[in-house]
Amino acid sequence: MSATISFSAQLINLFAALILLLAFAMLAQRRVMQLINLFAYQGLALCLSTLVVAVSTGQTHLYWSAGLTLLLKALLLPWILHRLVRRLQVKWDVESLINIPTTMLVGIGLVIVAFNVAHPISELSSTITRGTLAIALAVVMLAFLMMITRTKAIPQVVGFLAMENGLFLAATSATYGMPMVVELGIALDVLVGAIILGVFFFQIREQFDSLDIRHMERLKDN
Amino acid sequence: MSTLLPIDILLIAACAWLAIGLAGLVAPGNTRFIAKTLFPLGALVGMLVGLVALGFLGESPETAVLVVGLPDLPFHLRLDNLTAVFAMLLGFTSVGISIYAAGYFRQGQGSAPGVLGLEYHVFLASMLLVLLADDAYAFMVAWESMALSSFLLVTTDHRHEEIRRAGFLYLLIAHVGAIAILLSFGVMTSGSGDYTFAGMRAQHLSPFWASAAYLLALVGFGAKAGLVPIHVWLPEAHPAAPSPVSAMMSGVMLKTAIYGLLRVSFDLLGSDLWWWGVVALAVGLVTALFGVLYSTVQNDMKRLLAYSSIENIGLIVVGIGLTLIFHAYRMEALAALAMTAVLYHCLAHAGFKSLLFLCTGSVLHATKERSLGKLGGLIHRMPWVAWLALAGVIASAGLPPLSGFVSEWLLLQSFLFSPGLPHPWLNMVVPVAAALVALVAALAGFAMVKFFGIIFLGQMREPALKDAHDAGTWEKVGLSWLALLTLLLGILPSTVISRIDAATHQLLGVGLADKLNEQGWWMLAPISPERASYEPLIFLVTIAATLLLGRWLVRRLYHGRVRRTAAWDCGYWFQGPRAQDTAEGFSQPIRRIFDVMFRLEMHLPTARDSKPYYSVKVEDHFWYWLYLPLARLVSAVSGLVTAVQGGRIAVYLLYSFLTLLGLLLVARP
Repeated sequence: MSATISFSAQLINLFAALILLLAFAMLAQRRVMQLINLFAYQGLALCLSTLVVAVSTGQTHLYWSAGLTLLLKALLLPWILHRLVRRLQVKWDVESLINIPTTMLVGIGLVIVAFNVAHPISELSSTITRGTLAIALAVVMLAFLMMITRTKAIPQVVGFLAMENGLFLAATSATYGMPMVVELGIALDVLVGAIILGVFFFQIREQFDSLDIRHMERLKDN
Repeated sequence: MSTLLPIDILLIAACAWLAIGLAGLVAPGNTRFIAKTLFPLGALVGMLVGLVALGFLGESPETAVLVVGLPDLPFHLRLDNLTAVFAMLLGFTSVGISIYAAGYFRQGQGSAPGVLGLEYHVFLASMLLVLLADDAYAFMVAWESMALSSFLLVTTDHRHEEIRRAGFLYLLIAHVGAIAILLSFGVMTSGSGDYTFAGMRAQHLSPFWASAAYLLALVGFGAKAGLVPIHVWLPEAHPAAPSPVSAMMSGVMLKTAIYGLLRVSFDLLGSDLWWWGVVALAVGLVTALFGVLYSTVQNDMKRLLAYSSIENIGLIVVGIGLTLIFHAYRMEALAALAMTAVLYHCLAHAGFKSLLFLCTGSVLHATKERSLGKLGGLIHRMPWVAWLALAGVIASAGLPPLSGFVSEWLLLQSFLFSPGLPHPWLNMVVPVAAALVALVAALAGFAMVKFFGIIFLGQMREPALKDAHDAGTWEKVGLSWLALLTLLLGILPSTVISRIDAATHQLLGVGLADKLNEQGWWMLAPISPERASYEPLIFLVTIAATLLLGRWLVRRLYHGRVRRTAAWDCGYWFQGPRAQDTAEGFSQPIRRIFDVMFRLEMHLPTARDSKPYYSVKVEDHFWYWLYLPLARLVSAVSGLVTAVQGGRIAVYLLYSFLTLLGLLLVARP
């Protein structure tokens, strides 16, 4: 019995590590299309890890969560983003404010901080997934870092969505997921957010002939 | 199902007002339906509220808990005698104003009539709920609905820049006041988390915290009532609003602030310190003197009345201060006398000030003119409005036999006993305040003579005034109702006092009713008939008889020798209407005598001017002393903050990120 649990725990840790690796990959990725693909992979890994948790603990509502994740984060949102990129014809390289190696170094620092901060909480937790809490926190921070360092609008949205992935992972790992109502609400929020941001892309481009959000400095109230 | 209690009826009335307001949205553009059907219905509901409250006076309190509200935090309502007095004021005053409004609102005045009707009736309902509220949550919800609906009413004619400005100023100060009230309630719960008024009564605050709650309440309710120096919204908002709204705000809404102050200082706060009374007395005196002085020098008729409202609120707060002082020294009979003066003046002011504001509405409709300098002689064209305004003017000037005299007389009577205070300073200083109150009353008379004389008497200053027409039937009925209230309050003081005495009794434990019942209904002698008494009916009959006798004598003795000429021309045939005494000229002596109180900007023509003109602008010192420095300070501080606003999204994100990181590190277990 204990062997299966430890095996599933290992699987969960594997997927969590994959998610973290993908987060780093996203931080380093310069191309928009690849970035969206990486985001889709991250969604898939998240879905699989949730599925493993569901199988090993028997929490039925986690199956729903996993399905939702697959549908929304691995399929629907990447598809929307792909379509947006094609419609907007933005296949340029991603520009970042800080160069990529520095960003990676900062990211490593953040992971250390995340592990340091999450350690006492994981000690208190009794779930089999407790080791992944630190990873989840790190994913949130890395996604945040990506939002800060990117200057174009689409990578920022991807960063925003990746942050939600991290939060979802944190919820699964700390308490076996949030109540279904909350999860559905968040899923809907993310979807609506992505659609609204999509509309905004067109507006921004209309206004500035570019998706570079540095232009928005001009909107400041003087 | 048991019989309907008065509190249920009042609650139904509030709902009825809301329903009437919502009904207007069915056909928001249909002026006829809204004015001639909904507003009279609102007046009926007002009559119901007034009668139920009148009938309730003297009964024991009733409570109700509503199902609406937040989870675990339902609205508590309570009807007691203090509430009933003010609900009666609201009900009866709103009858006159609603009937008048039925004739007043016409097509094409800013907001659609349906929206206006909704705002108006929400305003009424929220004022009733303010009075009924028995927990801080319900009170604040009703209070804020009242502020918001009245803001929307003030900005009915929002196309004008200055009206939008006035509305904004009003909303701003209303919010500052609401915060102070909320903090006051917070202090009174003293951390128990029980926001019902019953819970607050049960708390025993230390003198420090009780004083903090009292002062916060004074600031909060003072902002709504228009106490100096937070009065600046009042002379801006009242002229900006349509006349029925000004009447409702001045007549009733200001009284809800008085109600709140009474509720907090006598009911919710158990302890009483004598210096609370001194603070209220001082603030009230300054307010009254300030208000009356500024009202004498105004040239816009609605601004004049707005400043006059400030003055009356000042007098009411002086009465509250005096009550607090007497109450703190356990001189309960005198406290009851001062409290009666306060309540009576609330009722009287509600009647006569809404009457006067409505009269300015009729004048405005008839002449399209609100500047006193362009009016005059309207008594010939608008006799109804003029005579009814005269009733309001006499009451406002504090002359017998109308309502204003009774309350000011009661107030001065209670001042006459202040030398008996067992405090070495108070018993010398408070009587001096009585002298100031007398000065205020005299100046109020001056302002009212100016108001009535310049608008209605003399000759018409502009040729266009010849086309002025009298008010319509609805307006006449509304005005007559308010004039009737003013008259009844004037000639039946004993009857009225024995009804409202229940509220005094509730707050202080004693009342005047027993003493009054020993005497007849025609006589008012609050302490003893030997000391001072007032028989309004006898006074009225004497005055009427003297006037009739005088008229008869003149007719008899000077028969055939009476010669009629144009009014106010001093007998000179060559003087035109423009040579009459003007509004500026009439108040010039006051401007001179009280020079330091005003900030004057005067332009006098010189001999060499090619286009000579004369202008005088009276401004409020407080703008320059208090508000502009404050505004500059806020602007400077926010200028510092704009450094943070760089406009770069990455930087904004970095702010949140660093905050998150910092919190994670600091809050580590």
